[in-house]
Amino acid sequence: MASPHEAIKENSMILQKEMLGNLFKELANTKFSEKKVVYTFVPGNLTELILSFDMLPVYPEINALQSGMRKKSVEYIREAEKIGFSEDVCTYVKCDIGMMLKGNIGPTGESIPPPDLLLLSYTGCFTFMKWFENLEQLYPGVPIAMLHTPYQEDGFISQEQVNYMKKQLIEDVIPKMEMVSGKKFDINRLAEMMHKSAIAEDLLVNILETAKHKPSPIDAYFAGVYYIGPIFTAFRGTQEAVDYYKTLYEEVNERLRLGLGPITPEGELKKEKFRLVVEGPPNWTNFREFWKIFYDMGAVIVASSYTKVGGVYDLGFRHDPSQPLESLGKYCMGCYTNMNLPQRVDLLSKYVKEYSADGFLINSIKSCNSFSAGQLMIMREIEQKCGVPVGFIESDLVDPRYFSYANIKNRLESYFQMLDQRKMIIEQELVNHV
Amino acid sequence: MNNYYLGVDLGSTTSKAVIINDQDQVIGRGITNTRANYSIAAEIAKDEAVYNARFSILKNNLGDKTLDSELYKNFIKDLESVFQYQQFKIRLDRLGDELVKTCNSYFKDTQTQELMMNHLRSIRRTFKPVIKHEYLFNNLGSKNQFFRDIVAEKYNEEVSKLESSLFEPLMTIWDKSISPAENQLVKFDFKELVHRALDELKIKYSGSIKTTTEDDAQSFDESTFVQYNQLIESLRSVIDEVSELEFHINNMTGTGYGRALLPFPEECIRSEILCHAFGAHAVFPDTRTVLDIGGQDTKAIQVDKFGLVTSFQMNDRCAAGCGRYLGYIADEMSISLNELGPMALQSQKDVTICSTCTVFAGAELRELTNLGEKKEDILGGLHKAIILRAMSLIARSGGVFNEFTFTGGVARNPAIVKYLTQLIYENYGKDIIINIHSDSIFMGALGGAMFARRNLISKIPDNKMEVAISDGN
Repeated sequence: MASPHEAIKENSMILQKEMLGNLFKELANTKFSEKKVVYTFVPGNLTELILSFDMLPVYPEINALQSGMRKKSVEYIREAEKIGFSEDVCTYVKCDIGMMLKGNIGPTGESIPPPDLLLLSYTGCFTFMKWFENLEQLYPGVPIAMLHTPYQEDGFISQEQVNYMKKQLIEDVIPKMEMVSGKKFDINRLAEMMHKSAIAEDLLVNILETAKHKPSPIDAYFAGVYYIGPIFTAFRGTQEAVDYYKTLYEEVNERLRLGLGPITPEGELKKEKFRLVVEGPPNWTNFREFWKIFYDMGAVIVASSYTKVGGVYDLGFRHDPSQPLESLGKYCMGCYTNMNLPQRVDLLSKYVKEYSADGFLINSIKSCNSFSAGQLMIMREIEQKCGVPVGFIESDLVDPRYFSYANIKNRLESYFQMLDQRKMIIEQELVNHV
Repeated sequence: MNNYYLGVDLGSTTSKAVIINDQDQVIGRGITNTRANYSIAAEIAKDEAVYNARFSILKNNLGDKTLDSELYKNFIKDLESVFQYQQFKIRLDRLGDELVKTCNSYFKDTQTQELMMNHLRSIRRTFKPVIKHEYLFNNLGSKNQFFRDIVAEKYNEEVSKLESSLFEPLMTIWDKSISPAENQLVKFDFKELVHRALDELKIKYSGSIKTTTEDDAQSFDESTFVQYNQLIESLRSVIDEVSELEFHINNMTGTGYGRALLPFPEECIRSEILCHAFGAHAVFPDTRTVLDIGGQDTKAIQVDKFGLVTSFQMNDRCAAGCGRYLGYIADEMSISLNELGPMALQSQKDVTICSTCTVFAGAELRELTNLGEKKEDILGGLHKAIILRAMSLIARSGGVFNEFTFTGGVARNPAIVKYLTQLIYENYGKDIIINIHSDSIFMGALGGAMFARRNLISKIPDNKMEVAISDGN
């Protein structure tokens, strides 16, 4: 790992790790700093608004996935099942509830403070509502703000929907935040942060779009989940996020300039063999093993829907400082899982075409309704529209009991062999036609 | 020199091998039960395929004679069967050695050892001639064809005739001996065995062995015996020629669940999904949808005009509804696996089996029996339940287009075929062509062999070459 570009790469990783570490430290320190804590979710999050009140956000699903990666989730899930959560309930929920029952020690080993406000800003996932109902019981008396987010049923966001969101922000969310934080809402400060959000968002889009090149300098799924970390969580709207994305973009650009492939946990991928578009969240408990199956076969994920859960920025949306509340409303309604199924098919087909993908693969997670409902239809549509081989595997978010390595490997091997054969046949056909 | 290509499909229940020639024609098939030692299973399947190929070449060399003459046809059938008995006999001796070894190490006092040894001897004395007779007169029929099953059935039969106190020690000796015996790689000399088989047949055709049925006796009058004996003498040189034929396997492909454990180079390993699809498509070129029900998984596969897979769906998390499910049900009902389908065909009434969990299905079966439902009707329901599960996978994979081909060991079950046909017609229309080949269980191995023929670029390392192409000569 001594070559200079890999060292540079590590810089952005180190930077990100530091940012997250500091956040957890800051959270652990709230009893002294007296900063207020808001529990909220990644899709449709109102990070700038929370930060503009000098409050700190906590994202339970991020804690769950971090616990999954650190092999702690199994114990938390068991704890939640002990008090009656069924085997079929979303494992993020069980991991989070279990963690709270075990003393709310966060993934970095520092304790996470209880919430001062439960902010549900995205209702597209029904489980989120039930999750917060449970949190309400765990933390009785904590104020709750709920933003009812209309689904993009007609395939677009209407002005009425934007007005409805803005109304809820003004009448419910902002007053509750003022009450909890003891601070007055400052729209100028919010707008200033949104200006920074937009800069970071531009950079993220540029970074993700480098995968259109052959070979792709990035893996837009496995590495992509690291890239989206800061912007989808507590840092959007901060200078730190802008700096992080600048550093990352420089690194990726350098790789692009040198014609290098993505960095995997075992070093640079030397030969890009397959380019894939992936739909669905990854598995976190066996993340490295899962990734390894792909990079061992030379498969690079060039685009994924999961890296759009916190915003489909490549379709053009940016936080807009000139219309802060409207754009927050649009943002909440614009996240990937709030798009209707034809929109998702269009987006994914666009990815297959624009990123010159060889195949389309779904990692389906049964307990995640937001993603898995409609996946088979999506798969068939993509197959017909784009004519690429499609694959389907099943795993889970953070429950290691549902990650069957042998089965997943068997299916993926078959899938890669399918792609391989197709490539051979297409090449032969091309030769025959020349 | 002829070029041959080998495909080995190491499934969870059975291991299959297919040898094809330059024209993609199947010239040899071999099958055995998969055991703990995967490479042994693959070797045995491959050896069987090579022996089978020699017999095919023999038939081919004899040309029209085997097609037209009953005499030739029967003789070749007899020869293959008695040849199999010769292999069986050697394996039985190996098993005998293991049983003696286990008996001596398991029982500490010499008196018990002696007692058990006497029982073992008498068991062997009783069943060996019975089995020999079955091979000689082709009476093994549709029963299980694997060594383990044939011997286990007879051994159990004999043990059950003895005092009940002997059951446990004798079964313990059996359990401890069968696997080591089965996992030995026995290399047979084809020529030697085929000559021994000819000698056995000469005795059979001399009429000195009593037949079990009147039909057999009638078909063997004196003049027939003379004809057969003359045939043996006239064919010795042709048989020798085939026995000495050098068998050159140009390339091979390993597939199936155990493929990663095969002593094949990496580039010769291919997914069974692709192989089943390719095999099915090769036999029925208009196939666009393939259903494969194997021992532990069900695959619904869509293929294109080249036989290449475009998408597939497999059972996940649960293997209920696969071949092993039927095996479990057969055990629960104390009948053989091969009897299940024909019995289910006699079903007169729709009995719904709600659960397709293998273990729960056992409970449901007992409950329904309790309620007075007939065995045949319950079995009908169970078979239908399997197909309903498969239908859901087919739908998930995209449905049925053009021709539909059913592969895998379960395709041999007539009741499964009945329900599948019924449901395919109901769901996808009567004009769908449904193909089920008599070699359906070999489709994966066939696809593998066909890939091997098309993929000559991959080099086979020398050390592995030997393992792969030695055919026992």
